[in-house]
Amino acid sequence: RSLQLEERKPSQQIAQRRVRKRRRLRKVRRRVRKSREEEERKQHVQRRRLSSSSDDNSEDESMSEGEMARLKEEVEEKKKLIATLRNKPWRMKRRLKCLKEAQAFVEKFEGALGKGKGRRLYAFKVMMTKKIIKFNRDFENFKTACIPWESRIKEVESHFGSSVASYFIFLRWMYGLNLVLFGFVFGLVVIPEVLMGMPYGSLARKTVPREEQDSAMDFSVLFEFGGYCKYSIMFYGYYNNQRSIGLLQFRLPLSYLLVGVGIFGYSLMVVIRTMARNANEGGDGAEEGTFTFCWKLFTSWDYLIGNPETADNKFASTTTSFKESIVDEQENLKDENIHLRRFLRILANLLILCCLGGSGYLIYYVVKRSQGFAKKDRNELTWLQKNEVEIVMSLLGLVCPPLFEVIAELEDYHPRIALKWQLARIFALFLGNLYTFLFALFDEVNSKLENEKEIKNATIWALKEYYTNYTLYNNVTENIPPPNISPADVIRGPCWETEVGIEFVKLTVSDIQVTYLTILIGDFLRAVIVRFLNYCWCWDLEAGFPSYAEFDISGNVLGLIFNQGMIWMGAFYAPGLVGINVLRLLSSMYYQCWAVMACNVPHERVFKASRSNNFYMGLLLLVLFLSLMPVIYSIMTLPPSFDCGPFSGKDKMYDVIMETIEKDLPPFMADIFSYASNPGLIIPAVLLMVLAIYYLNAVSKAYQNANLDLKRKMQMQRDEEKNRRNNKDSTNQVMKDLEDLMPNKSLIPPPSAEETEIPADQLRKSPKVTGKPGAAATGKGVHVQKDVSLAAANPRAPVTRPPGPRPPGPLPGNARGPPPGQGMGRGRGGPPPRR
Amino acid sequence: MGNKQTIFTDEQLDAYQDCTFFTRKEILRLHGRYHELAPHLVPMDYTNDPDVKVPLALIVNMPELKENPFRNRIVESFSEDGKGNLSFNDFVDMFSVLSEMAPRELKAIYAFKIYDFNVDNYICKEDLEKTLNRLTKEELTPEEVILVCEKAIEEADLDGDNKLSFADFENMISRAPDFLSTFHIRI
Repeated sequence: RSLQLEERKPSQQIAQRRVRKRRRLRKVRRRVRKSREEEERKQHVQRRRLSSSSDDNSEDESMSEGEMARLKEEVEEKKKLIATLRNKPWRMKRRLKCLKEAQAFVEKFEGALGKGKGRRLYAFKVMMTKKIIKFNRDFENFKTACIPWESRIKEVESHFGSSVASYFIFLRWMYGLNLVLFGFVFGLVVIPEVLMGMPYGSLARKTVPREEQDSAMDFSVLFEFGGYCKYSIMFYGYYNNQRSIGLLQFRLPLSYLLVGVGIFGYSLMVVIRTMARNANEGGDGAEEGTFTFCWKLFTSWDYLIGNPETADNKFASTTTSFKESIVDEQENLKDENIHLRRFLRILANLLILCCLGGSGYLIYYVVKRSQGFAKKDRNELTWLQKNEVEIVMSLLGLVCPPLFEVIAELEDYHPRIALKWQLARIFALFLGNLYTFLFALFDEVNSKLENEKEIKNATIWALKEYYTNYTLYNNVTENIPPPNISPADVIRGPCWETEVGIEFVKLTVSDIQVTYLTILIGDFLRAVIVRFLNYCWCWDLEAGFPSYAEFDISGNVLGLIFNQGMIWMGAFYAPGLVGINVLRLLSSMYYQCWAVMACNVPHERVFKASRSNNFYMGLLLLVLFLSLMPVIYSIMTLPPSFDCGPFSGKDKMYDVIMETIEKDLPPFMADIFSYASNPGLIIPAVLLMVLAIYYLNAVSKAYQNANLDLKRKMQMQRDEEKNRRNNKDSTNQVMKDLEDLMPNKSLIPPPSAEETEIPADQLRKSPKVTGKPGAAATGKGVHVQKDVSLAAANPRAPVTRPPGPRPPGPLPGNARGPPPGQGMGRGRGGPPPRR
Repeated sequence: MGNKQTIFTDEQLDAYQDCTFFTRKEILRLHGRYHELAPHLVPMDYTNDPDVKVPLALIVNMPELKENPFRNRIVESFSEDGKGNLSFNDFVDMFSVLSEMAPRELKAIYAFKIYDFNVDNYICKEDLEKTLNRLTKEELTPEEVILVCEKAIEEADLDGDNKLSFADFENMISRAPDFLSTFHIRI
């Protein structure tokens, strides 16, 4: 053997390793065999005692089935332990030691387990699992390394607390979403058209018309997305309707349609996944008033705070909050005049409805006016008239929310409820504005479609004329070359999709401008004025009237959500819009981080709008669905323009899919699709889905009811314990009613030592221990079940005071009749356990 | 893989990743922070597991903990000797529990330990009074303090012993909507 060790050639090293492994396995097998033999000897002895036949046919090298199963179970347990090790509340040293032991055990016995026929497969499975774990870990490491702006957010957190930082975390999440959408649009639509499609100037749709070419490069024209901008990859009109382009036969129209719909699909998936992940954090949902003081004590300090000023602020606000709760508790302020309140609230709601209606009408009016302007010559219009729509929409979004806040003063709600109302109103405002805008826009589309019919006829007529003339002059009837007109001179249709895309892009850009300007003026300028004018002003500007601004979390989050809604709507008509949004979010992050740190102060009172983060995610989901509808409507019903865009020449946009199914897919697929679109199949499928929804709804309701039942029971038990402890009468109405139903106490013989309390509605699942009842005592023949009590122990265990004088009549659930003897109070026969 | 670092062996880093909620990069960063607390005390080479403890006074000066009114209690709860001297293992453990990814149950356990000032496994009235005074910088009058503590015990105490056991505390804190977002330190 020593000779073998000396000559170590590389090819022999592998053999050496195999030999060593085999030796190791042999050792393990020997050990296992020894332990098994011991066990067998014991079993053998036992069997001899029992004089039953024994089967010691176990081979030397393999273990019996039972052994293997048990060992496998142990290995699985160890693996589970390793996976959950970080959740255990142990000291780190203990965890590390436990990890090492578990890993050693798993490694040792995993090799031994792979015996018999399945050995290779088992070893392979083990190796693959290890590789997958390692890959997952590396991927997680890589992902966390990629997360940007971590230090920036941490700074904001330490200065402003977790609620302001949650806005920036949301912004970062949006940025990630938009980046992925941009990747889709760019990679699957823009790049193929740029690389493999026809270049600028080759086709009519890709060239600036002759009339506009002089002004095409002007800044003012470009700023409104006309000129070269309009005939670029940014808008729908640039894309060619050629069925397949380039070497790879890339189907651009199909890809355009699928990406347009796929954007919504991907966004939906991501939003729902995030909602599901956030749903676990919500907490169990106790009622508002149950743990007020406890929660204030234990959860009001924000551990993220690292800045001394913020900390001082937090101390002050915590103190104020405690004082308020104490005052509330002591005085129990209840409202005096409920009628006045109701009247004021109705008045406030009416006013707000008027505002909303007014703003909707204003937008409609302005859009109609802009259509009138569009007919006039561009040069006669002032800048104001040209951008009226966007200015009005942005101004409304700026002016109305503070107006709502002022009106809401009439209502006098608790701040958290007032915040919810405010959010709902702002949401309604934005939604109303957006949809009015859309309706007005689609009105315009219809008029453009009319216009288009005329131009289309004119084009066809002109073409026919050209062919006839050619035939006349050259006496040729076939193979006539197409007319030799430069693309810039061709008659163009109005191309409504590009117009819609331009409107969306202009809206987004003006929204960006307004947001940035607001921050600059409303926050920065205000802060500068307060800071520097304070030296020469009569009252203290910092503490009194304007003071520094607080960061408006809900307004900013809503603005972000609606911006995203506009992007979703407009991305189909203007593929470049997603790119603009990515740039906007990127710059927003830096700009707003700077603005918050430089110009804002931390909040005095913080009220979260909801228990979990799912409130804003839910809004986002709603906006997603609302922005899906216009796009789907236009895909399904509106005819595409005849001379621009990837769907030109078709009747409806989704004809691309039908074409693909017919021409590209094998014939049986077309059959399948035609069968699948048969109404006879679709209607039953829809019915089936409706039934499934109904069933799931019923099941979830049942679960909710069971949940509520359990909660109610726990609450009742808790109340009972408290009342018993405080020696008070039961506040539970059911218990009171039961008391009243009891027969007259003086007629009952002294009760047994056991306590009995079985409220009637707890028959099925009674939470308390009920020993033998004094069935006579209850007097109702109630069926008593033994069940496990949720209470830790006898609540009266540490008897620090002698039992007080009991009021006449039964206490809820107590022993009926005269108080029992001293040591036999309510225990289960034994003395109360010591603590 | 990646950059060659000599602070930990690869097995050590993998073990830390299994035992905490941190990734490899974060663990190395944590070691950097630990080292800069006491550069002369903490070695750069941890491959042979040196037994070094940084005293309480240096740790509570970290910017993340400096303004926290419970900083002493936090560090004491995670130290082995109860006096606040943290080894690197304890340091990592502390930030792992306080990180975003730790589950609610784990945080509740350590929150209970932190607020239990006299370390008797119950949060009694004195503990609550101390908590309140730290939270409000002693701005409340003594009567108000007594009132708040009594109300808190009344709300959360289920078994009637006038102090909060872990079961009471856990029952109360598991329903708190703000607990997870406030009991969080980012490092």
